[in-house]
Amino acid sequence: MAKELKLMKGNEAIAEAAIRSGCDGYFGYPITPQSEVMEYLMAEKPWEKTGMVVLQAESETSSINMVYGGAGAGKKVMTSSSSPGISLMQEGLTYLAGAELPCLVVNVVRGGPGLGTIQPSQADYFQATKGGGHGDYQLFVLAPATVQEMYDFVFLAWEVAFKYRNPVMILSDGAIGQVMEKLYVGDYVPRWTKEEIMKISPWATFGKPDYRDHNIITSLELDSAKQEIHNHKLQAKYREMEEKEVRYEAIECDDADYVFVAYGSSARIAQKALQLGREKGIKVGLLRPITLFPFPKKPIAELSKRVKGLLSVEMSAGQMVEDVRLAAEFRCPVEHFGRYGGMIPTPHEVLEALEKQIINRK
Amino acid sequence: MAIKGAVVIDTERCKGCAVCTVACPNKILALSKNVNGKGYNYCEATSDDCIGCASCAMVCPDGVITVYKVKL
Amino acid sequence: MFNPDIIKPENLVYKKTSVLTDAILHYCPGCGHGTTHRIIAEVIEEMGIQDKAICVAPVGCSVLAYNYFNVDSQGAAHGRAPAIATAIQRLYPDHHVFTYQGDGDLAAIGTAETIHACNRGENIVIIFINNGIYGMTGGQMAPTTLLGMKTATSPYGRTVELNGYPLQITELLAELPGTYFVTRQSVHTAAAVRKTKKAIRQAFENQKNKKGTSFVEVLSNCNSGWKMPATKANEWMVENMMVKYPIGDIKVDGEIIKK
Repeated sequence: MAKELKLMKGNEAIAEAAIRSGCDGYFGYPITPQSEVMEYLMAEKPWEKTGMVVLQAESETSSINMVYGGAGAGKKVMTSSSSPGISLMQEGLTYLAGAELPCLVVNVVRGGPGLGTIQPSQADYFQATKGGGHGDYQLFVLAPATVQEMYDFVFLAWEVAFKYRNPVMILSDGAIGQVMEKLYVGDYVPRWTKEEIMKISPWATFGKPDYRDHNIITSLELDSAKQEIHNHKLQAKYREMEEKEVRYEAIECDDADYVFVAYGSSARIAQKALQLGREKGIKVGLLRPITLFPFPKKPIAELSKRVKGLLSVEMSAGQMVEDVRLAAEFRCPVEHFGRYGGMIPTPHEVLEALEKQIINRK
Repeated sequence: MAIKGAVVIDTERCKGCAVCTVACPNKILALSKNVNGKGYNYCEATSDDCIGCASCAMVCPDGVITVYKVKL
Repeated sequence: MFNPDIIKPENLVYKKTSVLTDAILHYCPGCGHGTTHRIIAEVIEEMGIQDKAICVAPVGCSVLAYNYFNVDSQGAAHGRAPAIATAIQRLYPDHHVFTYQGDGDLAAIGTAETIHACNRGENIVIIFINNGIYGMTGGQMAPTTLLGMKTATSPYGRTVELNGYPLQITELLAELPGTYFVTRQSVHTAAAVRKTKKAIRQAFENQKNKKGTSFVEVLSNCNSGWKMPATKANEWMVENMMVKYPIGDIKVDGEIIKK
């Protein structure tokens, strides 16, 4: 595959990846700090290049339902937003999950609660990984830490979404969305033809051919016995994801006495804190979850058997730390260090937190 | 020229709403004294004065009426 | 059976269309939903567009509409059908995407989706069933409930002070430049059903010619919600509903013809 070097913002990388990955439709609503996604798409006019539809909706409620419509019709469709907008989308997301529709939702997280701040945050971890809307369901959640990953994970998202018929969320943050970095982009993947859609997603509503019954996309089942069967099916799918789709990066964990667990922007900061620690003679490692659901429980469980402590570094008041604790099952101390409300931790304060909360804990 | 019609009513699917009895210009439809499997007094023709105009079928919410017509 | 000798295929003048499935409608006896379903399906059959028709069903009494239309269908979240239809139609521009929505769905919780889809002139058909009540949840007040009308949540009759005015959303939508055809019809008599079917046909023809949004309101009785027999409910509809919501075309070929 031909690689082309570019310099762009994380948000722009999402948009470029959408066009190049054969996305059929983007439906969005402006919100800081992710408005560049739609701005870039509108400027690029992909409908002239690939036939991709781009539409500014009247609200996030509407854009997520446009995604529902497109996804239900077998198309590769996506939206992006930031925290308050993602909250508005929760209705649509639970319907998408219930109807088992593949799609991509990008959350460029900002600080909350409420209107909060427009600065970066990771305070939407619970919302992203524990369902978010009503009912038992899971999104597949990817956490990019670089602009390159913003780009790459769009391609990965389509793969996973259509493999499992499940909505995928890229959980980014205002820092990764706004930072400019170099990245490599690849060739254009052609959009699927109707014939391909009929083959890949025979369940979709692309118009009823004579040879089959009418397809119905719905999340409604009035018969509780059938609804429970549907729930079992969903749960089996989530368990399969947990078995097959966990992704993480382990940095200098092999000889580590202490390990930071951090994703996205926090992982970049924790990596610097790791270096500072190593310079001081403290053997620190970093485990970076790439999939937040499915969460890398096993590698954390393994680490917990041999390290002296785990520090969950998050731009939140302590959300992922709960999953780290569950995985560690009290085999070693697990603490949380976070800055929030749009504040970003420094590597020094992360290392200091490790020393204070774990190494020198009373 | 005379027009002669006939209606075939799927009485098991009829809910006995009686909307067709009002729509029939010759008032030949009425609810039966008998009921169907769901307990509805279904609709039935009461004379051979049907003219096959399909007004009954037109207003039937459940699409249970099939209409035939000949010009004699 | 009367006149059995003429019951032959060559004499057939009316039978249920195959664009409706064989599922038994769950609607109350005499409800206008079934009639409206039937004529939409007939139009789809007559136009030969079954393979291109995509229904977006609402939340409300007609939540299960997708079980009855023998076309590919999606069930929307409450009020969101126009947004869903927008995306499908844009992604399949030569298809016939239509929404089927009640008054609560379209004119209360889905007002934003309705207005913006119409304002963008989405090339979709919207069928709007107005019976002035929330049928499925047990007869609560709807945005289109008439003043004085008793419902489960306006047990002493709707008042302006407490509940505001009935919403004439169809007239409102006609004002938007994106709507090409806006009409209000009913299904209480054979003549009315024929006119409504003609209007629905017009709506789908407009869509074929990519004219923008076609909006067909259908007044229907809700005999259970209104607490009267179906035949009586149809009379009540003529005497009351049609005063506030007069029958007829409101906008034709993009021009408002009736204020």
